[in-house]
Amino acid sequence: MAKRFGEKPVFADVSFRLARGEAVALVGANGTGKSTLLRCLMGLIPASSGSVHLLGQQTNAATGRQLRALRAQVGLVSQKHNLVPRLSVLSNVVHGLLGKHPGLRHWSHSLAPHASRVAAMSALERVGLADFANRRADRLSGGQSQRVAIARAIVGTPSVLFADEPCASLDPSAGEDVMELFFRLVRDEGVSVVFTSHNIEHALRYGDRVLGLAQGRLRLDATAVSLSAADLRGLYD
Amino acid sequence: MTDIAPTRFSLARFERPSAIAFLGYVFGLVIIFWCLAGAGFSLEKVASSPPRFADFATRAFPPNLEPQVLARLGWKMVETLQIAVAGAVIGVILSVPVALLAARGLIAGPWVNHTVRTILGFIRAVPDIAWALVFVVAVGLGPFAGMLAIAIDTVGFCGRFFADDMEATDKGPAESLTATGARKIDVVACATIPGAMPAFVSTSLYALEKAVRSSTILGLVGAGGIGIELKVGFDLFDYPTAMTVILMIAVVVIAIEAVSGWARTRIIGEQR
Ligand SMILES: Nc1ncnc2c1ncn2[C@@H]1O[C@H](COP(=O)(O)OP(=O)(O)OP(=O)(O)O)[C@@H](O)[C@H]1O
Ligand SMILES: [Mg+2]
Repeated sequence: MAKRFGEKPVFADVSFRLARGEAVALVGANGTGKSTLLRCLMGLIPASSGSVHLLGQQTNAATGRQLRALRAQVGLVSQKHNLVPRLSVLSNVVHGLLGKHPGLRHWSHSLAPHASRVAAMSALERVGLADFANRRADRLSGGQSQRVAIARAIVGTPSVLFADEPCASLDPSAGEDVMELFFRLVRDEGVSVVFTSHNIEHALRYGDRVLGLAQGRLRLDATAVSLSAADLRGLYD
Repeated sequence: MTDIAPTRFSLARFERPSAIAFLGYVFGLVIIFWCLAGAGFSLEKVASSPPRFADFATRAFPPNLEPQVLARLGWKMVETLQIAVAGAVIGVILSVPVALLAARGLIAGPWVNHTVRTILGFIRAVPDIAWALVFVVAVGLGPFAGMLAIAIDTVGFCGRFFADDMEATDKGPAESLTATGARKIDVVACATIPGAMPAFVSTSLYALEKAVRSSTILGLVGAGGIGIELKVGFDLFDYPTAMTVILMIAVVVIAIEAVSGWARTRIIGEQR
């Protein structure tokens, strides 16, 4: 796959397979296109060339309806969290179910069916924010809003999870908690997780495999056990 | 190097206009004088107006403050505000679906966006008093015609600005909800509209101010409200009553602007 913004190339010749129940760490310097790659994988922006096969479907050939059905099985945590600022935390998490349950009842937690509210609350519990359910999303700290974004991504029990720097605004202990949560999703529920990180230690410890982007190419694709921290640092030169 | 520097200061302080620019200035002046002539500008009339204005002022002052007149005008003013509020509310409600169609890249394609925006432009281009005349013909004399005029005027204004507000909201939340597999309409309802809400409130309050200002003159064409009293006052040379109407309108418009400014800061002030 390749991606250009206008004439400006971001990356080219990026090709990899993601196995079921695998955790993949995507690393690379700022601006190498990690976020762009994840958005291409979700079909949010079109790839300039190449194709994406996700859960047995080719996203760039899918109809709108197929694409929505596909996205409903995939969770995305954006680097910028992207919560809806004026709504409550719980409503934001309930929105994570819109793919599976379109329509008015999932616009707000007040209208949502009991089962959806329970699912949203338990997702919030998993990220340790059950006490914040009623808080407005724009009254959260950076780390809290990041964890709400994670709750929104996992509330629909996705089979694939893309997380863009999920620990970037978290303190070290909350960061470990989130990575442990992902680790459990992979081990216990067979979810495939792709996460980007600037934390080399996280990448090696929680990733089964590490992909490294540099100079617009996929420079690294190896199992985590075969790599050392020095190998990853080499990507940033 | 240093011997070049002084030549820099020999640059003229003022650029000489080019021939084209000079012609442009002359043309501009000619247009302005042509417009003044067309507007019947006459220094004699300006010079002779102070005594006539003073004559009007002495006949209009003091304003008519008789209790029955005040009560009658007061009720007319209440009707005026009813027209303004009802029209503005209906207009704001109708503006939301219209704006959804007018906003680029939201739910409708470019062709629909363009058509709706053109129609809204037409609605705004027709003055409110002309809409009132049209509705007086359509539904007869009275406040209902005025209310319809205010409503359509509000759609022209809010439909366009709501659409602009939605185009300007942060696309991030909408993208993240699209990533959950939500339909466009759900994304708009859950991310775009909540994101644009502060701007909607602000725009709606301006629409209300505008509606109150318009509603005070709709009576001139028989579309209800206090405007009719102004017309009758001048027609009957009852200047003191006309003066009371003018003062009441001024007070109400200033008050509504103050209230709406207060509401704006209360509702959206803290988080801009
Ligand atoms: N919408 C866009 N239009 C044009 N260029 C873009 C756009 N989005 C990103 N880019 C450019 O593409 C490149 C890759 O951006 P991207 O956000 O994917 O990097 P990243 O690897 O996620 O970086 P970081 O580590 O800082 O998050 C950058 O040079 C960026 O400026
Ligand atoms: Mg990024």
